[in-house]
Formats: sequence, C-alpha cells, structure tokens
Amino acid sequence: MTDTVLKIEKLTAGYGAIPVLVDLDLEIRAGEIVALVGSNGAGKTTLLRAISRVIKAGGTIEFQGTDILPLTPEAVFSRGLVQVPEGRQLFGHMTVEENLAMGAFRRTDKPGVAGSLSYVYELFPILAERRRQLAGNMSGGEQQMCAMARALMADPKLLMVDEMSLGLAPVIVDQLLDVLADIRARGVTVLLVEQDVFAAFSVADRAYVMETGKIIREGKVSELKDDPAVREAYLGA
Amino acid sequence: MSAPGKIALEARNLTKRFAGLVSVDQVSFQLVEGEILGLIGPNGAGKTTLVNMISGTLRPSGGELYFEGQRIDQLQPYRRAHLGIARTFQVMKPFPGLSALENVAVGALFGTGGGEKSKQRAREKAREWLEFTGLSRRIEAQADALGGPDRKRLEFAKALAMEPRLLLLDEVMAGLNAVEVDEVVDLIKKIRDRGVTILVIEHVIKAIRSLSDRVLVLHHGENIAEGDPVSVLEDPRVVEAYLGKRRG
Repeated sequence: MTDTVLKIEKLTAGYGAIPVLVDLDLEIRAGEIVALVGSNGAGKTTLLRAISRVIKAGGTIEFQGTDILPLTPEAVFSRGLVQVPEGRQLFGHMTVEENLAMGAFRRTDKPGVAGSLSYVYELFPILAERRRQLAGNMSGGEQQMCAMARALMADPKLLMVDEMSLGLAPVIVDQLLDVLADIRARGVTVLLVEQDVFAAFSVADRAYVMETGKIIREGKVSELKDDPAVREAYLGA
Repeated sequence: MSAPGKIALEARNLTKRFAGLVSVDQVSFQLVEGEILGLIGPNGAGKTTLVNMISGTLRPSGGELYFEGQRIDQLQPYRRAHLGIARTFQVMKPFPGLSALENVAVGALFGTGGGEKSKQRAREKAREWLEFTGLSRRIEAQADALGGPDRKRLEFAKALAMEPRLLLLDEVMAGLNAVEVDEVVDLIKKIRDRGVTILVIEHVIKAIRSLSDRVLVLHHGENIAEGDPVSVLEDPRVVEAYLGKRRG
C-alpha cells in the first residue's frame, strides 16, 4: 500500500470534447522503472500530461497516497512529480547552469539544491564543462542530458521521461539508460515513455503497452519481450 | 554496387567553421548514382551541417562540392533544387495553414528544372506523390493536423514532388517505433528503385544496416570510417565513438 508511488484508476482525459484516454488503470511502485510503449498517437504523452495535471482529467490519480486530481501542475511538481518533456524544452538562451537552477526554483533547501547540483554534474561531467554555455548551442545529446539534469534538480520522487532517445546516437542512449539505473538506485522511481522499445525494455522492470488510449498489455519486461503480439507490433521483424 | 557508376555527388575537403569552431573538417566522399549512403555519427559530429552545405543553406568555409560534375558550393539553395537536389528536415517543416496536397504542390512548383509551370499540373503531381508515400487518405488534411508518422510521409512527398535526382534525408526515422521504421525503410527502397541517389542520416542502426550500400561515419567533423555497413558497424572506433556497448 505505502509501496505504491502512483495509482491511476479509471482515468479519462483528452482535449476539448475528444477523449483520448478512457478508463485507464496504471500503478507504479517505489523504486521501479516502468516503461510505457505504444504507437504514435496511442495517447502516451496525453497520459503524462494528465498525470502532470496539465490537462483536465476524470477518475483517480493518487501520488504517494494523495489525490492529485484537484492540484495544479506547480503543486504536483513541488511534491516531486517531475517530467522531462519530449524535445527537451530547454531555455535555449540561458546557460546550462541557469537551466539547472530553473529545475530547483520551487526548492528552499539551499544545501539540498547544492547537493543536487554536484550530483548532476557528477552524472553528466560534460554539463559541468559547459555550465556557462548557452543550452541552445549544445548538441542534441547534451541537451537531453541537460533536460534530465534540470528535472533531477527538482528532487523528484517520480521522474517521467518522454521520448528520451529521440534523435540521439546509440552511445548517448546507452549513457542515459545507465543514468536512469543510477537515479533509480538513489530512490527515484521512473516512468519512461519510449518509441525505442528495445532501449526501454533493456532498463525497465515492468511495462505497459498502449493502443488507441487503452492499456492493452502490462507485465514484467521479461515476459512482454516474448509476447508474440508485442513482438510483432513494437519490436519489428 | 554493380558496374562503377557515374558520380552523382562529390565533396572535396569540405570544411565548415562557426566562429572558430570547426564543425566539418576537410571531409571528402563520393556518392555514386543510384546509391544509398548512410551517414552516421554522434550528436554534434557535423552531419546536419554537411547536409546544409549540400542543400545550400550553408556556404562551406573551405573545400569544393560537385553535383553531376558541376561545381555547386557557391550556388543558392533554389539553384541546387533546380539541378535536382532535395532534402527533408530533421524538425519537419510543413506549411501549417496549407493542406497536405498544397504542401506537396509547392514542392512540385519549385523542383528540378525550375519546377512545374502549371498549378493544376502541380496539384495532380502532388496527388501522385501523396499516393506513392501512402498518404492519399489525408490529402485534404491541414498539414499541422497530421500525426508523427504521417508528417514524415508528408515531408517525403514534399521532397519527392521536386523530382530530385539526389535526396538528402535528415533523421526521418526519429520518433518512429520499430514497425514504423520498417515501413519507412521500404519507402526509401522504393524511392531508390526509381533511380534516385540517397544520402541518409540516421541513428536507427537497424535501418542504416538494411538500407545503406555504404556507410560514412563522422566524428568531431572528421571522416573516421567509410565502407560497407557490416565492416563499418564492426569497426572498433565506430563502436567506441558511436554505437556503444548495447548494440554493435
């Protein structure tokens, strides 16, 4: 019971009058890395937006035992539910370090913030080297690292990462997957949305498979890997 | 591949500097007519800069570029389009207010040989290319209403409507799942079968492996490996700089 970080029941969400998600259930336990996979347009990003409370939703979303449905995105963020958005969404005309400071802007524990900063520089030494550089001038891989580091600066309990591997060299994707394993070891729970199902399955414990707004499969990655329907639809020939 | 073909594109010591930073450093390579060349390398290696120099949005700081024997590195982008060079963009750039058909018709109006002169004929061609790329069911859709994979197909159709002889594909598979990647691989093979020479930048190694006749690897702006996909993807320097340990 206390073990559950995120509990979603009968979630309905969408844009305007058009529901994208209908009666969706999902549960994430402390310390897990959970992958969320599915085709383009399946509703994965909509689900993240509903959890982050950016769009209207019905049903139940409990985060660490609290009903967060009535909360604002800022309030949810302050409680440690933090998203790394698709496409990085960095402040391109600010330096790396200014971007990182933005991640911590709701925190008042100065020593804690300083500790987070040294932790992210240890995770991503390249960001320490580039701390005075404009974030917009870095390569795609460095920008993704900066976006992940900015999210870690918020001291997340649950980190939701949307399309982490998008446009990145395989060697960078490897590094970022290692980082996910590292932050999980430090007690952060991770929800990973990925098109690269191979990458997601290489690091996740469990996965949910979405299609047209519904969860069509869920289970341990070790089992889903051998599921013929999952193989055919997402892992390819 | 088969008999030594004609050279479609040749780069000689192509170089690009940005305020002292060397993005592409004396890169030389050739593309044979009808060939698919895969261009891979870490983020920031200079791949898109190279494509920008070929399509003409960037002028090289040094070196020369020849297309079908003609020097092109100082030509305006539209002149290169008239010669038969078209590209797609990593961040897709449809005209948002126009329909899919209109977007593709624009390509037809500005393509090889100066493009189609009649608007009516441009629309007919656009329809054909939308069919070819598998988008005929969305002909009237506003470009910005198309989802990820359909937007990619639109990006292809726009470029193809220019009837290029050289097509530059900049990360067209980013954000697609394995099954969608297979569909785009098939589409690219279909384009090559029409005689188009293709340069493809891609991080999806499965696609590079199945598409490329040859692979060129850029790292810190330099050509560090070139050859058939099997040997290049096994090259220890390429594994170290780019592929990483999980998949070689």
